[in-house]
Amino acid sequence: MNARLRDNWLLDGIARVGECGLFFVAILGVVPKSLRYWRELCRQVWFVGAMSLVIVMTCGLFVGMVLALQLYYTLSIFGGTAALGTVVALSLFRELGPVITALLVAGRAGTAVTAEIGLMRATDQLDAMGMMAVDPLAYVASPRFLAGVIAMPLLACVFNAMGIFGGHLVGVTWLGLDNGTFWGNMTSTVSLHKDILDGLYKSIAFGGVVSLIAVFQGYTAPPTSEGVAYSTTRTVVFSSIVILALDFVMTAFLT
Amino acid sequence: MPAPSSPLESRPNASTPLVEVRGLRTRLGSKTIFDGLDLDVARGSVTAVMGPSGTGKTTLLRHLTGQLRPDAGSVRIDGEDVTRLSRNALFTLRERIGYLFQNSALLTDFSVFENVAFPLRQHTRLPEELIRNIVLTKLQAVGLRGAAQLMPSELSGGMARRVALARAIVFDPMLILYDEPFVGLDPIALNQVLRLIKTLNQTLGITSILVGHEFSAVRRVADRVFLIANGKLVAQGAPDALAHQDSPWTRQFFGGEADGPVPFHYPAPDYATELGLGDAAR
Repeated sequence: MNARLRDNWLLDGIARVGECGLFFVAILGVVPKSLRYWRELCRQVWFVGAMSLVIVMTCGLFVGMVLALQLYYTLSIFGGTAALGTVVALSLFRELGPVITALLVAGRAGTAVTAEIGLMRATDQLDAMGMMAVDPLAYVASPRFLAGVIAMPLLACVFNAMGIFGGHLVGVTWLGLDNGTFWGNMTSTVSLHKDILDGLYKSIAFGGVVSLIAVFQGYTAPPTSEGVAYSTTRTVVFSSIVILALDFVMTAFLT
Repeated sequence: MPAPSSPLESRPNASTPLVEVRGLRTRLGSKTIFDGLDLDVARGSVTAVMGPSGTGKTTLLRHLTGQLRPDAGSVRIDGEDVTRLSRNALFTLRERIGYLFQNSALLTDFSVFENVAFPLRQHTRLPEELIRNIVLTKLQAVGLRGAAQLMPSELSGGMARRVALARAIVFDPMLILYDEPFVGLDPIALNQVLRLIKTLNQTLGITSILVGHEFSAVRRVADRVFLIANGKLVAQGAPDALAHQDSPWTRQFFGGEADGPVPFHYPAPDYATELGLGDAAR
């Protein structure tokens, strides 16, 4: 495998992308069937969403606080500290909320999904389901994919809320900005359609990409301990690259 | 026997074999696994498929269930050509086939009870009471009713295999495929599994195909043994008759000779040349 990879890593990479694309189509094909397994879907949304809340909330708080500190410094150069609330909110809604949430979810839930499915493959559990006439694509892959798409925008919203709270904590409570100015400027400038929804679209797309990569890597992991380990690493690496690249593309189209 | 071309001509009846394999050819990578394999498995029999490691015995089981498609040839189960079935038709057929994996393949998130109940919950809308009764009946048959609430990680290898067996028979299948059912079992567990295979075959009339190396175990349950080597069927017959058959294959396999038609050496370039002695000698 390694020798083959070194020989034509480019062809190999392209082939993998193609495989992943076909896998995506196959998952979409079984989505109607997988809705029968709504319990499994709920369990996965709970796992990807609820179980990621602590890390997402903590990071959101700190990102908001840092953002407020940095932007306060920058804005004070131009004498525009009154815009702090607006700038913090815009940065979070449009950019940092979706991107950082996606990176966090890739690291926390994506890796777990890859390792779980990879081990199910290695211990023949996926084949066993197939032999019991239960399509593992519908029972295992699809609910985990859908869970990512559902949970990611919700987590991004929580992240944004915590970020704004952190920004308020630093800007108003610590640095002494006027509370009314902070909220007033924010609510009058931030637009639901342009800013909040654009950010949501992004996080829905990131949710799809992260969970697709995680499920695909797990599903195609070589059934060895080394294979599962590599696949888990690849989930984080590929997810991070694709999130940032897709972020650029979507920002270019959405603005 | 010419293969019938339309499904209508191939209506199964009690006298036709349950499993018919014709001209099976498979290559995996550069290795030829099957090269024109033919075999029939009679209804209600216990058939063992034996052969040296790496001859594709497990691959054969995977062909029978449609997990793997052959390059050529046909595999008919109860009159249906598995190699041509759509995904949905295949899943429908699989509801009538039980498969015992070598490593049991229990779902690790579920308890023993839920593992056995899994196929019922997925394919039926039976009331909970009835599911409970069916599951407990099957667990009782394998002697593990008391272990219903344990998790798979708490089971020994032999127990896990019996739970997997209970799960495989939960729909009363027409055919059970056992992949290496005797590997890694202590003598007690081995006897328990042997007794179960025999009981299931005799009381429920389930046709069984098992793959394994342990002739001493196989001869106690199997009605018929197929010996596969080099991608072909090299010998077949009742276990004891086969063991005494005078062919180089049976002599090597049942006599346990290290070298014979199955070579001791993996194919390799000339030894002297590889050691660099070829040139020196010249």
